[in-house]
Amino acid sequence: MIRVQKEDFDLATELSALSAGNHNIGGITSFVGQVRDMADGEHVGAMTLEHYPGMTEKMLEQIDAEANKRWPLEASLIIHRYGRMEPGEQIVLVACASPHREAAFEACHFLIDWLKTKAPFWKLEEKDSGAAWVDARESDADATAKWDKGDA
Amino acid sequence: MKILYFAWMRGKTGIGEEDVSPPETVTDVAGLVAWLKTRGPGFEDAFSDMKVVRAAVNQEFVELDATIGPNDEVAFFPPVTGG
Repeated sequence: MIRVQKEDFDLATELSALSAGNHNIGGITSFVGQVRDMADGEHVGAMTLEHYPGMTEKMLEQIDAEANKRWPLEASLIIHRYGRMEPGEQIVLVACASPHREAAFEACHFLIDWLKTKAPFWKLEEKDSGAAWVDARESDADATAKWDKGDA
Repeated sequence: MKILYFAWMRGKTGIGEEDVSPPETVTDVAGLVAWLKTRGPGFEDAFSDMKVVRAAVNQEFVELDATIGPNDEVAFFPPVTGG
C-alpha cells in the first residue's frame, strides 16, 4: 500500500493497522526518514518537497509491487509526504511485515533505496545562504544499483 | 502536447506547465528539447546541461531517444531526490 500526503503520520498507528488481524506476520520492520538541520555544513531551517502528482503514485506502486515480488511479505506500506517541513519532521515511512525477519529487513532496505532514485520528488532546502535545490547523490544511485545484482 | 517542468527546471523556464504544438519534425524527446531551447534564454539555460536533466513521457522515465506524439505528457526535471 502506498500513500502520498501533506499531513504528518503516526508510526504506531500505521504499524498497528499494517499488521491488524494477520497472525502470519512474525516481524515488522520500519524506516522513518526525517528532516535534518544540517546540509554540507550549513544550517537548514526547513525543506520543501515538491513532487510530480500522478507519476509519484505510479512509481511508488511499482516499487511496492517489486518488493512484494522479491520477498514473501504479508504487508507493506510506503507513506511519502510533500510540502514544507522543518527539522525533526517525518518525511517518509517504509514498513514491511513478513513471517520471518530477513525478508522484512531486506525488503524495507530495498524500498527506501529504490524510492530515493525512482520516486519523482525534489527537495528545496532553506539555508542561511538562501534556498537551494538538493542535488541527487552518486551514493544513492549506487545504493539502488546494488539491488540489481541480486538473484531476484 | 502537455509539458511539465519541476524543481529548478520550473525556476529557469519560469513555468510549471504548458501546452505546446511543436513542428511535425519533432518526433522524439531530444528533438523536443532542441525546439524548446529556441523559445528563449530561460529555456536555453534550463536545457544547457542535459546531464542533469531527466525526462518522463506519460509518467514513465524515458531516455532522450523516446518517441513522442501530440497527445503525450512530457515532463522535464533534475535527477530525483526522494526519501
